[in-house]
Amino acid sequence: MNEPIGTEATGSTILTHAAGLHARPVLKLTMLAKTFAAKIEIAANPEGPWIDAKSVVKVMAMKAPKGATLHFRAGGEKAEEAVAAIIALIDRDFDEDAEGEKAANG
Amino acid sequence: MSTNVGIVIVSHSPKVAEGAADMVRQMVGAEVPVAWTGGNPDGGLGTSVPAIIAAIDQAWSEAGVAVLVDLGGAETNSEMAVEMLDAARQPKVVICNAPIVEGAVIAAAEAASGAALDLVKKTAEELSPQ
Repeated sequence: MNEPIGTEATGSTILTHAAGLHARPVLKLTMLAKTFAAKIEIAANPEGPWIDAKSVVKVMAMKAPKGATLHFRAGGEKAEEAVAAIIALIDRDFDEDAEGEKAANG
Repeated sequence: MSTNVGIVIVSHSPKVAEGAADMVRQMVGAEVPVAWTGGNPDGGLGTSVPAIIAAIDQAWSEAGVAVLVDLGGAETNSEMAVEMLDAARQPKVVICNAPIVEGAVIAAAEAASGAALDLVKKTAEELSPQ
């Protein structure tokens, strides 16, 4: 997973989510990544190792804590949109407030 | 009817099965059909072939159904349930070799992306020790 992927877009953001990359945020991130055809990878370091951002198991295994900088690179169809969408999700704190309401009502 | 692969959870305990299904619905969402079954007809721990068949019917999708099981009888009864389906439906039901709770959530997350049955199974099985 560390071979070049024909990177066409990169980006990074700081994980502000209180619990770090735990189960629910990882599911949201990977499910969003899977809506793009582009190959998307995530890393805790710009030097890698780069991990498939569509793999729940692998992203969860990163155990990225609060305050970690998450790096993304993508190649293929809508690579830039993919990176922007994922970074936006993280910066929105994974929409956890809305999710909390849904859980409380449901 | 959903075009996404459906998920069936088969545990000896109805509480485990229902709880795992709750986790799928809350963490993944409603775009994946999910059904669960657990317990024997007398209300004790166990699994029942007719109940598993009913759960497969409930979660049915033309894309197929991935079944997550806990121990022993849950697996053999699920295999029996699959064998009792119409011949045309049998190849569209697979039993995943994965932990029941984590496997259900991760299989559903994969299914929600519209992934094919083989990929849903493979993703769930990434959780099992290689």
